[in-house]
Amino acid sequence: MGLLEIHGLQKKFALSTAVEHFELDVQRGEFVSFLGPSGCGKTTTLRMIAGFETPSAGTIRIDGADITRRPPNRRNVGMVFQSYALFPNMTVADNVGFGLKVAKRPSAEIAPRVQEMLELIKLPAMGKRYPYQLSGGQQQRVALARALAIQPKVLLLDEPLSALDAKIRVSLRNEIRAIQRKLGITTIYVTHDQEEALSLSDRIVVMRDGKVEQIGTPFEIYNFPRTTFVAAFVGTLSILRGQVVDPARGAIAIDGQEIQAARGLEDAKAGEARAVALRPEIVSLHDAPGHGNRMRGTVEDVNFLGSIVRVRVRFGENAVSLDTFNNPTTVPPEPGQSVTVTFPREAVLVLEGTGAH
Amino acid sequence: MTRRTIWSWTVMLLGALYFFVPLLATFEFSMRYRRGVYSFEAYRIVLGDPRFHETFLYSTGLALATIVVGILLVVPTAYWIQLRLPRLRPTVEFITLLPLVIPAIVLVFGYLRIYNSSSWLPLTANERTTDLLLMFSYVTLAMPYMYRAVDAGLRAIDVRTLTEAAQSLGASWGTILLKVILPNVQVAVLSGAFLTFAIVIGEFTMASLLDRPAFGPYLQLIGANRAYEPAALAIITFGITWACMALIQVLGRRTPGKAAGAH
Repeated sequence: MGLLEIHGLQKKFALSTAVEHFELDVQRGEFVSFLGPSGCGKTTTLRMIAGFETPSAGTIRIDGADITRRPPNRRNVGMVFQSYALFPNMTVADNVGFGLKVAKRPSAEIAPRVQEMLELIKLPAMGKRYPYQLSGGQQQRVALARALAIQPKVLLLDEPLSALDAKIRVSLRNEIRAIQRKLGITTIYVTHDQEEALSLSDRIVVMRDGKVEQIGTPFEIYNFPRTTFVAAFVGTLSILRGQVVDPARGAIAIDGQEIQAARGLEDAKAGEARAVALRPEIVSLHDAPGHGNRMRGTVEDVNFLGSIVRVRVRFGENAVSLDTFNNPTTVPPEPGQSVTVTFPREAVLVLEGTGAH
Repeated sequence: MTRRTIWSWTVMLLGALYFFVPLLATFEFSMRYRRGVYSFEAYRIVLGDPRFHETFLYSTGLALATIVVGILLVVPTAYWIQLRLPRLRPTVEFITLLPLVIPAIVLVFGYLRIYNSSSWLPLTANERTTDLLLMFSYVTLAMPYMYRAVDAGLRAIDVRTLTEAAQSLGASWGTILLKVILPNVQVAVLSGAFLTFAIVIGEFTMASLLDRPAFGPYLQLIGANRAYEPAALAIITFGITWACMALIQVLGRRTPGKAAGAH
């Protein structure tokens, strides 16, 4: 039994269904991210956990207690917003201590707790400042301290880094994870940034159109996506469409060239259209001997991305992208050049359906 | 100086003349109480008149009560509309504009008809309840200004997110309104309050028809029977209004965290 249990959660608006049949058990101290594009229902689900939206159906339990209909101020859930939502009329210290004052904790307890939180977010001397005197990153750290000060059972973060610039985003991301690990607080993190979700989470819930597409560890989500949507949304991916040749061997013909997947295609029939996916970092440009797959194609495009060079190779209807490390002593291939690409059978991700999103 | 700058200064000068010349003329006239010499005699007479004190105090008390009731009525209403019922905003805005469209005399006759001494709620039956009726009528009269000021203040902050942040920290609705929302719309509320004060201090029609000893009817009485004192009173009233405006500015600058009102 998890600390946070969500069963059969559903949210319907007048003209649309935002969330459908959402099931999730989050263990104590776990960091779970809700990942998906805009309008996929991730924020609505988070807001239902916080109590800002009332579910149309389903239950939410925290520590065994049903909180589905409980008002937000009685859930003991900390929330960090994209826009920081610091109280402009209060100093940083007053913001952090707000929840403790509301809970009528003694002043002797509030001041040290506020200081402890400010030290945790590495802003120990900023207590007397007002929010407008802080940078965006500092404001968001104060918002995090404010949410943590009340010692919530669950911490909810709604795209907390979206309003920050790229460099601060990465450093604050690491800080959030470090603080979460240090406190061992159960955390739900909403983001549309796959890199954020992959780097932060113990588990990721990938959502699309109000439904859960896949739940798994970052390793599982990245390496073994169950659907075309997950495969395309998380990381860069080449989707190849072909026909099943031999289901037992996992053989598929792509533009007339046969490749094999490590996993069999027992559920498919010979001649049936199927899609497979390949990550760019697993495909090699060398005609290496071995029992992997090899395909002949023509270089269509070469993109220099700094530390890596991305090469696009076309086979016919299908094309694959592959990454090679930049090496000043090796000249990258030219567009139009005939090449052979190789990739192991294990790298062939067999997708459900024909590869349409 | 460019042609455009010259035009700007010309327009500004004309505007200033339009505003200040009558004011200076009134001031100059108010100083002519004694023949052949400028003096503050008219001001001395006005400020020494016990009716000035009584009526001014009465209207000030009424203005303060109007401000308190107005804030209690308008702030939660505007807040709730912003937070939960944004679709109702046009309707509420229309309702709050009605006192500008319906003349005060029509309103007061309506009140007299509904709340006269033989009605089901005889508010005009004695002086205290008539004061109450006058105060409520002033709340109505000041509504367009108070509502607009508060609404503008609320629009400048992220009401929904601030409310949700406070809720997630355990705050009740009362705490949210008093500790989070009200301090962040303080300047807007003060603007509404001072506008209300300015309206109530000079209001004549309602006070006169409800037969209450307010400052407006006193101004009219002096104006109808004296020569120099009304000019002095006009200048004093101007002074009070300007002091209110200056207070809005001073308090607005002193409000902490004002720069971070909206994200």
